[in-house]
Amino acid sequence: MSALLEVEGLTRHFAVTNSAGNSIGTVHAVTDVSFKIGAGETLGLIGESGCGKSTVSKMVVRLVEPTRGAVVLEGEDINKVSFSRMKMLRKRVQMVFQDPFGSLDPRQAAEDIIAEPLLVHGMRSKSERRARVVELMERVGLRADQMRNTPAAFSGGQRQRIAIARALALNPALIVADEPVSALDVSIQAQVVNLMVDIQKELGLSYLFVSHDLGVIRHISDRVAVMYLGRIVEIGRTSDLFANPGHPYTRTLMDALPKPNPARRLSKKRVPRGEIPSPLNPPTGCAFHPRCPLATDVCRQQLPALRPLAGGTQGACHHAA
Amino acid sequence: MSNVLAVEGLTVNLTTQDRSFDVLSDISLTVAQGEILALVGESGSGKSMTALSIMGLLPDPVAAVTSGAIYFDGIDLARADETTMRKLRGNRIGLIFQEPMTSLNPTMRVGPQVAEVLELHKGLKAHEARARVEGIFALVRIPDPKSRYDNYPHQMSGGMRQRVMIAIALACDPDLLIADEPTTALDVTTQSQILDTLRDLQAELGKATILITHDLAVVAETANRVAVMYAGRIVEQTSTEQLFATPRHPYTVGLLHAIPRDEAMPGEGRGRLVEIPGSVPALWNLPKGCAFAPRCSRATQQCQDSRPSLVDIQPGHQVACWHPVEAEI
Repeated sequence: MSALLEVEGLTRHFAVTNSAGNSIGTVHAVTDVSFKIGAGETLGLIGESGCGKSTVSKMVVRLVEPTRGAVVLEGEDINKVSFSRMKMLRKRVQMVFQDPFGSLDPRQAAEDIIAEPLLVHGMRSKSERRARVVELMERVGLRADQMRNTPAAFSGGQRQRIAIARALALNPALIVADEPVSALDVSIQAQVVNLMVDIQKELGLSYLFVSHDLGVIRHISDRVAVMYLGRIVEIGRTSDLFANPGHPYTRTLMDALPKPNPARRLSKKRVPRGEIPSPLNPPTGCAFHPRCPLATDVCRQQLPALRPLAGGTQGACHHAA
Repeated sequence: MSNVLAVEGLTVNLTTQDRSFDVLSDISLTVAQGEILALVGESGSGKSMTALSIMGLLPDPVAAVTSGAIYFDGIDLARADETTMRKLRGNRIGLIFQEPMTSLNPTMRVGPQVAEVLELHKGLKAHEARARVEGIFALVRIPDPKSRYDNYPHQMSGGMRQRVMIAIALACDPDLLIADEPTTALDVTTQSQILDTLRDLQAELGKATILITHDLAVVAETANRVAVMYAGRIVEQTSTEQLFATPRHPYTVGLLHAIPRDEAMPGEGRGRLVEIPGSVPALWNLPKGCAFAPRCSRATQQCQDSRPSLVDIQPGHQVACWHPVEAEI
């Protein structure tokens, strides 16, 4: 099966300068990230702040150009195509952002927000656009009679439904969703996650679902990639990754997540050591070694490559079984 | 154990240009020494308003206590004047806010920001305060307190800044601690470290604590007792163990089911999360009966007509519902 999206060796470094314009270092935001997403598949991308997950999602839609590496969508490298071809490709990939308060123009009516991609991509007839907006609003669980309201008239969950409707307008093959439910209350979060699952079943589209929330990632993803300081440290099928996390960082994340189980309050927990280092000067060797319970000399010197682990995932660790 | 704080029938009204409505209605709760009470609810449920009322920080004159009382050490905070409140805030009532970056002064070293509290409330000289602050930094597990004292906030990680906030709250050895979403802005590994420190401090110092959070998992791992809030009222209140084992209010049950959790996962995802339909009603446009009725699958005509009050359903377990979910056998 050929992949819908193939990301190969994706790297993005940002030069950092001081106020005089002199270079003071390089932020290694993303280094050598590779993954594939098949048609109808969801890849979950998880990690903590600064791990590079948002930079990856922006490179997939070409909002950020990579320093090295390729983003191949349906066989075409999106960074090597012409402007007009890129406009065509943009119809195939759409994005949903985290903050439904910041990502929608507060002065536009819901109808105009949802219809904008249609207009940009040449649907000239107003009645056609309106018909499509009605269809989309109903699809995402909004009443079409609310279409002339501005975002202020909608709740957070409803605004995220508007953002999803806008993303669906052009029938994309892939939706990149960067923390789409993180700003929502838990009861509303469940509604939006369910909506995204339903839409996927119905339309067969793929998701790159970026989140810091293990519970949501586990629920929605077929496969999961765990990022730490700009690199994928473990990737595999959701069931394998959660049943047999191989990388010590994956295990740290799972241990650290609070569980809705009061018995844990009194039990002694494994608390993660240390803090995430700066991507400006990432540690040598394996970037996780200063916090890792398994670290030895080889971890301080050599970068581990991704390799198959016993639990069925691929992990970048010298010591994982 | 004696109650450090007792809130009785607290009602707070908010008046804007367009409308006037209650943001808190008939809130009653107590916090005993050594106890962590969690106030849990979604946005707009009134949990932060409750904290602001206790601290006397309601936006004046927009919001005002219209009835009820807040007893702390024999004083009714709802009626205390600003001079009295100033002596209590940061001194006998410590506060931890959500956002350590915006709550700290970015142009001032962190040590003096803690020392300031001691100089103001305890009359310490700067050099005396410094030694005390270094001790408090050690207490809240800030490594190398002596050199950290001279850091600016931007030189610290989010977790360390939150520890400085905790140090400010604990500086004067308060009787009551109010923590408003103390780990919400933090990464999960940092959150785990801060929660661990809060638990340790609880065991060492035994402060009466109010923990405000939207995250039931944080409640489970931290609090002794829980009050679930919805649309400005407490709808269920009991021990943490009881709440998670046998939740009785349909809203609590819905919240617990909406969390994507390990045990309920069918492996490959794709299952449906249990959702609560609709959204939280506007406080100025509440239904006549139970505020949750429009979203509740158990609602009957009775729920639409009259509002259930918070009653003991069994000892130590209060629920405001006409048709509580049956306790599992």
